[in-house]
Amino acid sequence: MKRDRSSRSRATRGLALASAAIGALATFAPSAAQADEKKFLIGIVELQLANPFFGKLEKSAVDTAKKHGLDVMTAEANTAGDSATQIAAIENMINRGVKGITLDPANSTALTPIVKKARDAGIIVVTTNTSLAPMTAADATYETDNLRAGVLIGQWAKATMGAKAPHIAMLDYDLSDKTSKARHDGFLKGFGVAEGDPQIAGSGLNMGNAETGQTAMENLLSAHPDINVIYTINEPAAQGAFFAIKKAKRDVLVTSIDGSCAGVRSVADGTIGATVMQFPTRMGQMAVESVIKAVNDGVKPSGFNNTGTILITDHPIAGVESKDSKWGLENCWGE
Amino acid sequence: MEGPDLTGRAPGQQSLNPTAAAGAAALPSVLRLRALGLFAYPITGPLFALIVIFVVFSLGTSTFMNAGNMSLIAQQSVVIGTLALGQTLIVLVSGIDLADGAIMVLGTVVAGSYATHGDALTALLLAFVVCVIVASVNGLVITKFRLPPFIATLGMFTIVAAGARLYTQSRSFPITSDFLAVLGSGPDFGAVTVTFGSMLWVLLTLALGYALNETAWGVRVYAIGNSPSAARLNGVNVTRVVFSVYALAGVFYAFAAWQALGRTPIADPSGYQIANLDSITAVVIGGTSLFGGRGGVAGTFAGTLIVVALKNGLTQAGIDSLYQQIATGALVMLAVGVDQYLGRGQRA
Repeated sequence: MKRDRSSRSRATRGLALASAAIGALATFAPSAAQADEKKFLIGIVELQLANPFFGKLEKSAVDTAKKHGLDVMTAEANTAGDSATQIAAIENMINRGVKGITLDPANSTALTPIVKKARDAGIIVVTTNTSLAPMTAADATYETDNLRAGVLIGQWAKATMGAKAPHIAMLDYDLSDKTSKARHDGFLKGFGVAEGDPQIAGSGLNMGNAETGQTAMENLLSAHPDINVIYTINEPAAQGAFFAIKKAKRDVLVTSIDGSCAGVRSVADGTIGATVMQFPTRMGQMAVESVIKAVNDGVKPSGFNNTGTILITDHPIAGVESKDSKWGLENCWGE
Repeated sequence: MEGPDLTGRAPGQQSLNPTAAAGAAALPSVLRLRALGLFAYPITGPLFALIVIFVVFSLGTSTFMNAGNMSLIAQQSVVIGTLALGQTLIVLVSGIDLADGAIMVLGTVVAGSYATHGDALTALLLAFVVCVIVASVNGLVITKFRLPPFIATLGMFTIVAAGARLYTQSRSFPITSDFLAVLGSGPDFGAVTVTFGSMLWVLLTLALGYALNETAWGVRVYAIGNSPSAARLNGVNVTRVVFSVYALAGVFYAFAAWQALGRTPIADPSGYQIANLDSITAVVIGGTSLFGGRGGVAGTFAGTLIVVALKNGLTQAGIDSLYQQIATGALVMLAVGVDQYLGRGQRA
């Protein structure tokens, strides 16, 4: 809409011979307060909004773009792993002439060819939340260091267990997912056990929600009643696991990752021992700002940019920095 | 006189009539006769499979066959089991419902969100109203507008799933009401809890079994499943009975929603994403024919236990859950294969 108006006003001012860049500047310079920033169309591609994390991330990106006066196109995957919808969306965005795209890829390899096409067309592409393989397929990535998040709860769990012999259960999401694998590996690294170590009693696949987390934990507890510490892929799964633990009347240390407000409340009421907060708002904001900077100043963003990992627990341990649930509730995302 | 086929069955699959059946019985194939003899009762296959699964896991793991785990299998079965009762009804009239899980989830979030400020009984009643209305819309679209059930319910599945997320803004609601979560509790016998939900599941199965086998309505349901045109010729109001099937299925989805709140006391719009496929799996493994008219709730009861026990046992045996899915898929194909084989025999 704004682009149409700008081209029309260019025409009426008789700047037909001016270059597009000069024309745009001439149009905006007299009226705009944020005078020196270019107005352009940005594409924001998210994962399924059923997950409030992605909703928060998208909202933050859109808000940041609007604050800078940009026009925004958004698109979302329909389900986890739905790269086809994202590819079609990026094709549309290239056709519509976006100058930058922030992408939360549904799959680290399936999106690579279309991202290359976009970048070949001169579009800045940065990834949010997770990255492509190889990471350099996009200009830059803004995401939680999930391995580090896993390490933090692993270290916390190890220190909190103390001298007690650990019997670990891993409540994983599909481990072919990059985030899931990084968290899983991080936890084991932080705890100081290797994959396949007999201290790991078992693992249960779940879909990152309460219902499947509960069933997985029930089955694991039935087979291994001695489980006393668990890693969970996210807080809904941890909540489900807690229902199973409570029903089985067991004492199990629960760790998780996400930092949603519901999750932090679970830390406050003792359901979850420790979680790691991630910062979707910062993710969306940093990604969009990097695109704006690149379009305006020609300074392209690059590399891996950690958007923050903070351990949230009311039982801090020595040597690992953490915040309590009160701080957590002030900084959490979602409801 | 003979209106369009309301049941979504392809033409040529609906020619069961007395002479054709007699012709099939007279076929000289010893194998087929023996198979028909053994598997004339659709429950035989699933019961056999269930027993094999229990024996194998009892021998293969030390933790499968104990009272605590049996109670667990029952608890893990109630949601899909109750949902599958509604699905059975629909499959018996050669329909299918891809929206059943989504309708149930909508019921849970409607009840869960209302219960945050209102009383629990009203919340539950609301869930029943919502589930029955949405399921009835399915019935209406299928009977009045003649949409194939697969397409109608696929559309409804997408609409309801998105609707539940919009309605909740992707929030989930912890259930604090004892009444809403009551089905997850029950009397303890030592280490074993027999939940009210398990009891309700058995009761609902018996009630629906009675309705299907002992009432005129049940006879009509099977008749329509065997041949809607023959049923119509015999004076059955096919439209009305098929509609009643979808509406009644909605009642079972609402019970399933109550079961879900009892089992996992969180009303979560992202829960039970593949409950529709799980319920169809339970129905098919339970021996109910996707062509309609054959099978019933006893098979579905066994089919649900098979699906759940398989997952439970394989997890306990420490087998990767991807293999669990392969095992379930193979069972589905086996069940449909047997059904096709017997169906050919009967329908000739």
